[in-house]
Amino acid sequence: MNLNHQNKLIIGLVAVAAVLLGKLFYIQIINDDYKKDASNNSMVYEYIYPPRGVIYDRNGEELVTNLLSYDILVTPREVPAFDTLALANALGIDVEVIREKMAYYRKYRTRIGYQTQTFLKRVPQEVYLRFAEEEYKFPGFRALRRNVREYPFNAGGNLLGYVSEVDGDFLKKHPDEYRAGDYVGKTGIEAAQEKNLRGEKGYHIRLRDSRNRVMTSYNDGLDDKPALPGKNVYTTIDAHLQQYGQELMDGKVGSVVALEPSTGEILAMVSSPGIDVDILADISSHWEELSNDPYKPMFNRTVMASYPPGSVFKLINGLIGLQEGTLKAEYSYPCYSGYYYSGNHKLGCHSHASPLRLLDAIATSCNGYFCFVLKYILENKRYASTAEALDAWREYVLSFGFGRKLGSDFPSELGGNIPTSQYYDRIYGAGRWSFPTIVSLSIGQGEIGATPLQIANLAAIMANRGHYYIPHLIKDSEGVEIDPVYHEKQYTKVDSMHFVTCVEGMKMAVNGQGMAGATARAAAIPGIEVCGKTGTAQNPHGKDNSVFICFAPADNPRIAIAAYVENAGFGATWALPVASLMVEKYLTGTISPERKYLEDRILNTRFIQ
Amino acid sequence: MKEIGGNTRSLRDSVDWKLVICYLVLVLIGWVNIYAAVHSSEPSSIFDWSCRSGKQAVWILTAFLLDFLILFVINPRMWEVISTPAYLAVVLLLIAVIFLGIEVKGSRSWFALGPVRFQPAEISKITTALLLSMVMSKSTFRMYDRSAFLTVAAIIGIPMLTILCESETGSALVYVGFIFALYREGLSGWYIVFGLIAVVLFVLTLVTNWWISLILLGLLCLGWMVNILRSTYKEERAVRRSALWRTILAFLAGVAMIFATNFIFNNVLQDHQRKRIEVLLGMKEDPAGVGYNVRQSMIAIGSGGFAGKGFLHGTQTTYGFVPEQSTDFIFCTIGEEWGFIGCFTVIILYVLMIIWIINDAEKSRENFTRIYGYCLASCLFMHLFINIGMTIGLMPVIGIPLPLLSYGGSSLWAFSVMIFIFIALDHQEKKYF
Repeated sequence: MNLNHQNKLIIGLVAVAAVLLGKLFYIQIINDDYKKDASNNSMVYEYIYPPRGVIYDRNGEELVTNLLSYDILVTPREVPAFDTLALANALGIDVEVIREKMAYYRKYRTRIGYQTQTFLKRVPQEVYLRFAEEEYKFPGFRALRRNVREYPFNAGGNLLGYVSEVDGDFLKKHPDEYRAGDYVGKTGIEAAQEKNLRGEKGYHIRLRDSRNRVMTSYNDGLDDKPALPGKNVYTTIDAHLQQYGQELMDGKVGSVVALEPSTGEILAMVSSPGIDVDILADISSHWEELSNDPYKPMFNRTVMASYPPGSVFKLINGLIGLQEGTLKAEYSYPCYSGYYYSGNHKLGCHSHASPLRLLDAIATSCNGYFCFVLKYILENKRYASTAEALDAWREYVLSFGFGRKLGSDFPSELGGNIPTSQYYDRIYGAGRWSFPTIVSLSIGQGEIGATPLQIANLAAIMANRGHYYIPHLIKDSEGVEIDPVYHEKQYTKVDSMHFVTCVEGMKMAVNGQGMAGATARAAAIPGIEVCGKTGTAQNPHGKDNSVFICFAPADNPRIAIAAYVENAGFGATWALPVASLMVEKYLTGTISPERKYLEDRILNTRFIQ
Repeated sequence: MKEIGGNTRSLRDSVDWKLVICYLVLVLIGWVNIYAAVHSSEPSSIFDWSCRSGKQAVWILTAFLLDFLILFVINPRMWEVISTPAYLAVVLLLIAVIFLGIEVKGSRSWFALGPVRFQPAEISKITTALLLSMVMSKSTFRMYDRSAFLTVAAIIGIPMLTILCESETGSALVYVGFIFALYREGLSGWYIVFGLIAVVLFVLTLVTNWWISLILLGLLCLGWMVNILRSTYKEERAVRRSALWRTILAFLAGVAMIFATNFIFNNVLQDHQRKRIEVLLGMKEDPAGVGYNVRQSMIAIGSGGFAGKGFLHGTQTTYGFVPEQSTDFIFCTIGEEWGFIGCFTVIILYVLMIIWIINDAEKSRENFTRIYGYCLASCLFMHLFINIGMTIGLMPVIGIPLPLLSYGGSSLWAFSVMIFIFIALDHQEKKYF
């Protein structure tokens, strides 16, 4: 091509056109930012929040429902000068609050742009109605209907869990599912069942013009999405039993867990002190109070506290001994008010007949007897060393659901602790420890840690004579399917026939009429055969912890329960009445007159204020 | 081909219909998009007299009438004849409007005759082009004659400066485009190159630092000097010396320019101009103020994507996020509703139109027609580049219309007349030769 002036000009023209087209190509096709900006500019998503699913108990009682409430929203750009005092009156708030907020919006007006901000949260219906009458006076302000949680039953804050607005960290982890202003279940059932309960948000898309006047529905509403209500969730909780358990545990530190042995369903789950449901609905304004409480009400003891199980653990040692063949029910061992494990070192015991056999030892909770039981388990010639025997023993214990997470459907479950041989090797050196070193394991003390849920599961295993179902809180219902693993029998490594033997001992502990030293006689309920085992776990931090497990009726058991009361003393004194009263209430619906004194005593005793 | 006996070519062959069709298509695109730009959620008819698309329909029909008159009734010879008095009359109007005009958005460039407003700056492009063509087409005209050079400078400079006084920077800037026509007629290309280097230095000094510009200038001058020394080694000493002096002068001018930059920027430019440049160069962010137009305009265009959102479905367009959307920012509507395809089509139509005008101009035996054609092409190009460049953030916000597309009678009439004068000139020539 001849590069005369004419052609140079045409080349220049084409070059300029190419630059324009190149830039257009970039902003229209390559760069997506402008498209986003455009929808931010002109599309207003009006979110429709679905009602959260209702939480029911096992009998269809409503544990958690929804209450209508309103958020007051504001689009700062739309707000002209207005009568702040009138708005303060309409909303029932201080006029300073309004001034502060408006000042904040002014300060960040470029960042806020046309966005709508939440002005006031959780305005009750009556305030909303007052506001709605005068809404026309305050352009830019409007109300958004929301559902807040309401609790017809005081079923316990730790169990139900709370719902709160998502925070920045949470949004970062779930960028696609949640948006600022959404609510999410944070603990308990609300968190565990978040996916079922939350439903799906819907929205209207509206278009607005440059002055932020909302004009019409976008695309005639074809792209709008209706809100999908959350699914209702049926729990295995018995609301009345749960509430009764909370009343009994009021003023005490500890937990009660009740299970249905034939299904593994959790009937009650009390952690005390807990969060009252009144606080639960508005938890954000109680943070300080809750976190400063020395008894940590937010700490769900039922699944997180790791306690030494104490004497109830003797059942497991007895069962392992029977299974291993190092113990026979008819073996009798002496108890000289305890067991001398090395020289003058004695693990003490209370007074009862001696020597005694297994069933009596269970019934009287003889420490000395079970020291012999564990001694012969660990010194079994089948194993090359105590260490090897301990690990074999640990395998048995783990099969009872101890020392690991049970795998319930409740969040934040912990596993407790069952020591391994390596653990003692680390402390004492390999081969430098033997049975006397770890004698306290015989009676469920020492390095053993178990959660109340695990202890209750032990009660269920005893009730089932050797197997359990993983404890769980949610029932199958329409639209909500639980993991089939909860319907599978979990077997322990001990044969069923040995359980029959030990259950006899538990029966005697409660019903051992006339037998000196039967520890759980107070648990006897007229007309119902209860099997139980007390425990008193030493507590390095103060008075002993009081433990009790039981199930009833002895044949075809319907409830298995574990109660754990911290710093209360003997198991028979505190944990036993709590558990047995709950059993009676659950099975008969009432407390028999001759046991009223027990109920009164428990209800009227407070260890903490 | 020419036939003896004064036979004329048929209308079909003598009118450049490509240009006419291009013109018609662009006008139609403009009208449809003006309708979309002012179309609010209450749909009104495109012919509704009370809305801008209705008014534009009237402007378009009257423009067609003008086109017809120019093409078939008025003798094209007349344009050459009246060029001087027309030019003088329009310059008078330009000066008069400063005193008698009404103020619209900070500039005094509009006459108000009852309900109708009209902007003499639009016509002055035509008269300037005509006079320029007349003067330069004389056989005695030599570009580098001092008097000729000064005449040309005056013809362009007088209306340009007057318009600057009216604070119509955009319209004044268009006159810079006449340099392309002068270039075609033999002006050295270095003027354009120097102009571009000046712009680059200006921007560089503003965005970075004066010494970076100085280094660039030094390198450029050094390169030029080396080039001169190499290419003139056979020449006489005097020639070489004068060439070297020129580079030194250019360097000094550049240095002066660099050090004047901040002064010009801060003291000569008006506040809004300074802000627009700052926003364009990213020196300041002002999304709510000056940057708002450009940002909204780029959002509208960018959100159009490849194929656009469809006629009347532009969310930014329909709801008036872009100011001046039917006039200076009409390109946004095209960008948003017709996407890249629409933008491409419009730009290609303009480019083809300009290229065809240049081709016709080159084929013409008449100097007047040729020079006028280049003046027309330059004007179209300047409007196209400044206007579209502004909507997509390549140019500062300078208020000039997109030819034939933007809403407004003055602009549409002026461009129609200007284009059809050329088509008529071309038609007359083809008819008889």
